[in-house]
Parts: sequence; C-alpha cells; structure tokens
Amino acid sequence: MYKILEVKQLNSLVKSMVIEAPYVARRCEPGQFVIIRSHENGERIPLTIADYDRDKKTITIVYQELGFSTKLLSTKGVGDYLEDVAGPLGVPAPLEKQERVLGIGGGVGIAPLYPQVKKLAELGVEVYTILGGRTAELVIMEDNFKEYSDVIVATDDGSKGIKGTVVDAMKEIIDEKKFDKIIAIGPVPMMKAVVEVAKEKDIPTTVSLNPIMIDGTGMCGGCRVTVGGETKFACVDGPDFDGFLVDFDELSRRQGMYKDIEKKYDKTHSCKIGLGD
Amino acid sequence: MPNMSKYKVKMPQQHPDVRNKNFKEVALGYTKEQAMEEATRCLDCKNPKCVEGCPVNVPIPQFITAIKDGKFEEAYKIITSQNSLPAICGRVCPQESQCEGKCVRGIKGEPVAIGRLERFAADMSMDIPHEKIVDETRNHKVAVVGSGPAGLTCAGELAKLGYSVTIFEALHEAGGVLMYGIPEFRLPKDLVAKEISKIEDLGVKIETNVIVGKSITIDELFEEGYRAIFVGSGAGLPKFMNIPGENLNGVYSANEFLTRNNLMKAYDPENNPTPIYVGESVAVVGGGNVAMDAARTAKRLGAEHVYIVYRRSEEEMPARLEEIEHAKEEGIEFNLLTNPTRIIGEDGWVKAMECIKMELGPPDSSGRRRPVEIKDSEFILDVDTVIIAIGQSPNPLIKDTTEGLDTHDWGGIIVNEETMKTSKEGVYAGGDAVTGAATVILAMGAGKKAAHAIDDYLKTLD
Ligand SMILES: Cc1cc2nc3c(=O)[nH]c(=O)nc-3n(C[C@H](O)[C@H](O)[C@H](O)COP(=O)(O)OP(=O)(O)OC[C@H]3O[C@@H](n4cnc5c(N)ncnc54)[C@H](O)[C@@H]3O)c2cc1C
Ligand SMILES: Cc1cc2nc3c(=O)[nH]c(=O)nc-3n(C[C@H](O)[C@H](O)[C@H](O)COP(=O)(O)OP(=O)(O)OC[C@H]3O[C@@H](n4cnc5c(N)ncnc54)[C@H](O)[C@@H]3O)c2cc1C
Ligand code: SF4
Ligand code: FES
Repeated sequence: MYKILEVKQLNSLVKSMVIEAPYVARRCEPGQFVIIRSHENGERIPLTIADYDRDKKTITIVYQELGFSTKLLSTKGVGDYLEDVAGPLGVPAPLEKQERVLGIGGGVGIAPLYPQVKKLAELGVEVYTILGGRTAELVIMEDNFKEYSDVIVATDDGSKGIKGTVVDAMKEIIDEKKFDKIIAIGPVPMMKAVVEVAKEKDIPTTVSLNPIMIDGTGMCGGCRVTVGGETKFACVDGPDFDGFLVDFDELSRRQGMYKDIEKKYDKTHSCKIGLGD
Repeated sequence: MPNMSKYKVKMPQQHPDVRNKNFKEVALGYTKEQAMEEATRCLDCKNPKCVEGCPVNVPIPQFITAIKDGKFEEAYKIITSQNSLPAICGRVCPQESQCEGKCVRGIKGEPVAIGRLERFAADMSMDIPHEKIVDETRNHKVAVVGSGPAGLTCAGELAKLGYSVTIFEALHEAGGVLMYGIPEFRLPKDLVAKEISKIEDLGVKIETNVIVGKSITIDELFEEGYRAIFVGSGAGLPKFMNIPGENLNGVYSANEFLTRNNLMKAYDPENNPTPIYVGESVAVVGGGNVAMDAARTAKRLGAEHVYIVYRRSEEEMPARLEEIEHAKEEGIEFNLLTNPTRIIGEDGWVKAMECIKMELGPPDSSGRRRPVEIKDSEFILDVDTVIIAIGQSPNPLIKDTTEGLDTHDWGGIIVNEETMKTSKEGVYAGGDAVTGAATVILAMGAGKKAAHAIDDYLKTLD
C-alpha cells in the first residue's frame, strides 16, 4: 500500500499528490511513469512521474479529473493509501547537454514536462518553456518552471501571457532564438501542431505519447503506436518518441476506442460512489 | 476385477447453451461415487505407462488406488509429493498428450480419466496445508521473479527446504497466466488464490507491483542480500501478424483481451471500470489454448458469431482436446486451413478481415505439415473484432537489464537443463521464460528442479 502524504489542488480540474513509493522513487528518471490503481477492483491508469524525492522515497503525480478512475482517485486524501503503484515504467527521456532547448507543455501535459526541464537545467542547458492552457487558471506549475527556465505563458482567451496557442508563442520564439531541440507534451492535436511547425524549421522534437495502457510492461500491446512506419509499444519503447515520425491521427483514434463505453460508465457509476458530475 | 467399461465416467458440466452466457466453471467435477467408480477402471499396471507421460512423475496408479479405496486424503498426499498445484493441473494439463495419452486403457476405448481424478482428489483436500521438507530454517534469502506456476512452485519448494523466499511480481496480483490468461470458466480464480495463499502460509513473501529490471535489477537484488535468484518471468510478449490493419480499433492481442476480462474483470462491469469491446462478430486467429480461451470469452461477452481462424487443420491444433470440444459445443465456428491477409477498416474500426485458404504441404521443422496458400482463394469474413492469438515470446526486459545473462535469439533464457542454472552465477530460470510458451506442468516441473539445484548451490556457500 502506498501512502498519500500531500494533496494539492492546482486548479479546478488538476490535482497533485505526493505518494510514498520506495521502489519507484529509488530508480525513476524524467520521462518515466507509474501505473496506479486507487482502489481494489479499480482501473490501472498510467500517470507520469512529475517529480520525485529519492531520500523521502516519494513521487509526485499530477492528474486531471477526466473520467471515472481519475475522479475515484480524487476521493482519496492525505493519510489514505493507494492500492497499487507500479513503476518506474517506460524508458527515461533522452536528455543530453545541448545549447538551448524549448519545452512546450499544454494543459495537464505541463506536469510531465517539469522533470525533463529540471534535469536539462541541471545539465547546464539553457531552457525556455511555453506553458499553455485555454484560460489562465488552467496553466499550472508556472513557479516551478521559473526556477529552471524562462517561461512564456499562452492562453487561448488572453487571460494570461500571450493571447493564442502554444504554437503561436512557439512560432515567435523560434524566429528569435536558435533551439537545438523541442520537447512537446500535451494533448495530441497540440503535439501534432508543434511538430508541423518544428518540421519546417527542422528542429528535432520529442513528444510524449499517452495511448491507452493496461500492464505497462509490454505484455498486452494495447498501447501500440506507429512511429516511422513501425509498430512500437509506447509503454516499453516510449513514452517519448521522435515527433517527426509519430502517426498522431492513429494515436487519437486509438485513444477514443472506449469513449462511448467510458462515458456511460462514468455516468452510471460516478453517482453510485457519490462523485456526481 | 477391474471395471472394463470402455468409457470414462462422464463428468457433470453446465449445458453448452447455458454456460456460453456465463463465466462460471464449465466442468463441475466428479462426486465421490463417480470418482470411486472411475478409479476402478485403472489396472494398477506394474509398469505404468501413464507415469512416463507425466512431466513430474506423479505416482498415478497409487493415487488412483487410494481413491478407489475411498482414502481421498491419502490420494491427495500422494499427488502432492510430486505436484504442488494439483487442483490447477487437473483442470488445465493436456492430459491427452501426457498421462492419458500413454494409459494402456486408451488402446481399446478411452483412457482412465486421470485428470478428472487428480482434480477430484485436489478439490476434496484443498484445505490440507503443505508440509515442510526439513524442520530447520536456512539463513540464505532467495528471490523469485514472477508469480506464475514456475515461480510459485520454486518459491514453495524452497520454503519447504527452509529458505526465506520473496517473490517479486510485476502485476498487482500474483498468479501469472493462471490469473490473467486462463479464464474463470476453466480455472476459477478463487482456487488459484487459495493455492497462492497456501504457498504464503509456508512463509513465502509476495511483493506485487515490482517490475524486475525497472523497479529493481537482478544485480541490485544480489546487493540487497539475496544469494540466489530464480527467474520465472514467463512469455508475456504478444506476437502480431504484421498484416495491414492491425492497429485499427477493434484489434486486440489475446493477452490484452484476456487480461481485460480476467485480471481486470471486465466481464463484470457493474463492479469493475475496465472496459472491453466485443462487436457482433469476432475473429480469433490461432489454434492454441489461448485462441480457444479468447473465442469462448468473446462468446460469453455477447458476440453472436465467433470464428476461429487457423491456418492448419484441426489435427494440428495445439489446444487441449477438451477445449476444442467445449468450444464447438458452445457454438464457436471453425475456419480451418485459413490465414488472414489483411484487416479492413471503416472510420478507423474493424469492418472485415480478408483471409486466404490454405492446404497442407510437406512437414516443416516442427514436424507438422506446412500450410501453403491456395492461389486466388481470398475471401472476406465480416467481423468487427479481431483477436490475435498466434503466440507469445519472453519479455526482453530482464535480459536487457542483466549483464551476463545469456539468451537465445528468440529471447528464451539459456539454462543447463539438469539444474536450470543460467550463464550468470546464482541465477536460475524456468518455465515459459526458458522454453517459450509451453504448459503449466512444465513450468512447475522447472520451478521445482531449480529449487533443488538452488538448495545444492546455497549449501556450497555455507
Ligand atoms: C504514459 C502516460 C502518462 C500519462 N500521464 C498523465 C499525467 O501525468 N496526468 C494525467 O492527468 N494524465 C496522464 N495520462 C492520461 C491518464 O492515464 C488518463 O487520463 C486516465 O487514465 C483517464 O482515466 P479516467 O477513467 O479518469 O477517464 P476515462 O473516462 O477512462 O477516459 C478519458 C480518456 O482518457 C484516456 N484513457 C482512459 N483510460 C486510459 C488508460 N488506461 N491509459 C491511458 N489513457 C487512458 C482515453 O483517451 C479516454 O478517452 C497519461 C497516460 C499515459 C499513457
Ligand atoms: C490464455 C492461456 C491459456 C493457457 N492454457 C493452458 C492450459 O490449458 N494448459 C496448460 O498447461 N498451459 C496453458 N497455458 C500456458 C501456461 O499458462 C504457461 O505455460 C504457464 O503459465 C507458464 O508459467 P510461468 O510461471 O513460466 O509464466 P507465467 O504464468 O507467464 O508467469 C510469469 C509471471 O511473471 C511476471 N513477470 C514477468 N516479467 C516480470 C518482471 N520483469 N518482474 C516481475 N515479474 C515479472 C508476470 O507478470 C507473470 O505474473 C495457457 C496460456 C495462456 C496465455
Ligand atoms: S496406464 Fe492407465 S491403467 Fe495403467 S496404471 Fe496408469 S492410469 Fe492405470
Ligand atoms: S500497456 Fe500493455 S504492452 Fe504497453
């Protein structure tokens, strides 16, 4: 059992949790993730390790309440235990000493970007980050990023930073400065759009893929994605891949496989466990 | 005078039209009277052929005689002297190619129902705890990777020999394929859980959610003070066919489909949120136990038509005979000598599968006649789900993170077959991780053999 030591509400939809997970905290690296079950009989859901503390044997997860299982997770608070936390899974993000790197995070994708930016800064890389959301309150963790990078915020409604998408902000800054690499994490349409622009400028771009997963160990193949025309298992070959090679349309489609079933389940069961909508 | 009936005493089972809609066990087991009657069919041979066919040499005529005499507990103890998971083996062993395949009664008529009798004896005496082999405790710690039949048996045997044993399991539940692969209707999960708790009662610790190679490496386990390690990590990596359309929505590996259903209990959506998709028509590609399990599961989840698509003929099917029979009774439709060529999609979802007819040519390296395509015989099978069950290979994770551990090109860990010792000092391996996808009993046998070799090895360290 895995004790919850801290819970923070980052905005109306997103929470962070610090969890005791000794095996994970000991070996995890930026880019890796865990699979958790909040309750017995719960779903196995993958969440990126947003931060870790090897001494305290803890990891931090940041998640958005989307459907049934993330809402169920939110019923647990400080002092409660998660049923299962397995990891670290996936391969560490390919981070190396370069001159200048641009990180781009959208929505809850901002959280998994954080450990990568931190590590890059520690390697001596000059890092810029663009954090985006529909509106100001959805842009999370800005202060954390400021410690390690120059931060640009973009909101669709202009309530904070630049009015526009992260792609608009990106176009501006890559005209001004030369970047050796871009790391983009966020919703699939965002990553796809970033890659299209990066391709024009020929700036290598890694993206973090989040297909539906079960085991996270290469056992089911449910997480398969097409990269460079080849089938890869995102849980063991990724989750970070060369964005130029990813088939984003297939990824979007596969993520939607259970949309109808999940919506129905969420409706009928959220009330049952007292979650409501 | 032995009972010379040509036929096995029938085992009660759920009616096919009832059971293909529920997940309860198909075969219900013998009553005492039925078991004792079947036991009288055994000739108690001086030179029992059946035992030669048993990979772990269960003293078969002895336990059957005990059943005949109504000494059920004794029968159980005779079996467990060689086989620590008889309730499981009685249900899932391919008896027709092992003990029963060799039984002399099979020459004229049906062999003695050894599997059913084994199951009977085990079910009767499930509550009897395992006995330790030695009284003393040994101070060496042993780590076991994986909690499938290989790992469980190895751990249980080492605990009986006095060692302190910890099993590390990647998933949230112990049992390996017994839990996530083989469905409830063939192997009730309560029963597997019971067998596991009996092994824990011997003092074996099980740590779930630990992926060796990720959460901790083999070398780190040695650093933590484990003096020997058994790797029973199975063959969990699903194979795909590499044909067009395999990434469409509605295409599953059998592993994913069965894991969703068995481990995550998707068949009971009232209480379990993990979703599963079955359309009206389902094609399952393959001819082994995995394919039969996937097909029968799809039927139970409500598919109207379920097709087995297999490129050889029924004779070559590797599945247990009983499963093939049960599948047919339940209305699974067999497309034999048929191979998929592509999966056809519409709006990103499976709509149909194109197949080609095959015929059998000369034997291949496996000794089975090689299927060859019949030119221009393509046809379309209308399906909305495709489940691929064409085999699994060992997961490379442990190999990739353990220096000095030699494997075959196809991923199997190389061992000395006498001792199950690998190329790395102190590391032993067995089960599907060594052989590739095989059977429960072979995995158990390997686990037991390794336990005794580990015992010998650790004694040299004292
Ligand atoms: C490697 C990886 C890392 C991730 N990291 C984070 C993270 O740090 N923070 C975060 O908020 N989310 C993260 N996700 C996504 C998160 O796992 C899903 O949001 C969560 O499973 C949704 O579950 P639900 O029941 O609440 O919603 P549901 O109603 O089940 O689903 C909503 C949508 O989430 C996706 N989803 C559902 N189940 C899964 C599943 N088992 N695996 C992946 N996606 C699924 C589907 O696209 C679905 O349409 C990550 C996913 C992956 C694969
Ligand atoms: C659907 C299906 C039906 C079958 N039907 C039959 C049948 O009727 N009769 C029969 O005899 N055989 C059958 N088999 C085959 C049989 O189940 C296997 O041969 C047997 O389970 C192998 O045992 P094992 O202990 O080697 O591996 P497994 O049972 O595969 O167990 C391996 C365990 O190790 C864990 N693991 C893997 N990697 C790691 C790691 N890095 N760290 C920690 N843990 C790890 C896995 O999660 C798993 O729990 C069937 C198989 C399947 C899939
Ligand atoms: S071969 Fe058949 S008849 Fe002979 S001992 Fe074995 S089970 Fe009995
Ligand atoms: S999640 Fe099962 S193989 Fe990746």
